[in-house]
Amino acid sequence: MKDFEWQKATFSALRRQGIDLVCHVPDAGHAKVIQMCEADNEVDCITCTSEEEGIHMLSGAWLGDRKGAMLLQSSGVGNIINALAMPNTCHIPILIIVTMRGEYGEFNPWQVPMGQGTPACLEAMGMRLHRAEEPEQVAPAVENMARLAFDSQQMCAILLSQKLLGAKDFRELAK
Amino acid sequence: MTNEISRRPFVKSLLDARPDSLAVVAGLGSPCWDVAAAGDHEYNMYVWGAMGGAAMIGYGLAQAQKKRRILVITGDGEMLMGMGAFSTIAWKPTPNLAILVLDNNRFGETGAQLTHTSGPTDLAAIAEASGIKSVRTVDNLEEAEGLKSFLFDEPGPVVAIAKIKYEKLKFVLPSSSGSYLKDRFRTSLLGTEKATLP
Repeated sequence: MKDFEWQKATFSALRRQGIDLVCHVPDAGHAKVIQMCEADNEVDCITCTSEEEGIHMLSGAWLGDRKGAMLLQSSGVGNIINALAMPNTCHIPILIIVTMRGEYGEFNPWQVPMGQGTPACLEAMGMRLHRAEEPEQVAPAVENMARLAFDSQQMCAILLSQKLLGAKDFRELAK
Repeated sequence: MTNEISRRPFVKSLLDARPDSLAVVAGLGSPCWDVAAAGDHEYNMYVWGAMGGAAMIGYGLAQAQKKRRILVITGDGEMLMGMGAFSTIAWKPTPNLAILVLDNNRFGETGAQLTHTSGPTDLAAIAEASGIKSVRTVDNLEEAEGLKSFLFDEPGPVVAIAKIKYEKLKFVLPSSSGSYLKDRFRTSLLGTEKATLP
């Protein structure tokens, strides 16, 4: 695929689904989509100090009929667990896109526990998961998980595999 | 600090004066019982869990309902857990958001253990240093009375810290059903069709 093609398709899919409130704790894998959100005057793009803020914000936004999504990395999934108590109990739609660390080609062992634990933690809290491994799978995953979330009042996560994103080589960065 | 403010009459007096369109998010524990004791309202959302979240839930609601005043009523224990919210809210401020923290220096629901605000921590100073421009601390009845216009009318986000008495009070329970509370809130706000059919 061409430069940033899946990121552009992801952004378009979010916008087509009526999502105009995006929050994040940044990750390199989300950088392009965050940039596109910030450049769109119709999107409010909110940086959180910690990921649970995003789940709380999305819960409140849905109470007031605004559709939002959160971008985070797998290490941040650990921070949202108890925040999911509200959308779970209230049947509030939640859409999150998680860039995975600690798997395919990971260099940093500290990323492994939360990365490997991410699917089980989210499932334990009642989230519906869908994993994208290839660039062309991302936008359809976002579009359809957004439908599942907002049309069927589910908490949904798209996991963007580290195979898709590529692993950082810290040895290169240290040179 | 005199800590002469008694929470139930204070919250009741405040909510008796609520503007018709005001929506209230009540944080877990005593603030939920205070808001319920003041009289139930379809624009009240009682949050029984997800500790730390009340301010950000209110902020999300304020982002969705930009013409409506949103009041968050929570306690010091919850606000301490979610104080990053002050930074997040201050950076992308919503003028329709007000946050009232009922600060009795205690974790009231779990045995009245002291919170950090009984010690060196000052939530108002944290809110200010996080970039919230309108912050007020009140610790007596006269100042508490003056909070109405601050919370209902002053361009937000505004944060008020009310230093209140520690009291052991009866629980006044609103509905605990998340689905019911959410659907009631959305139906009142949006109408049945919009609230229940995407």
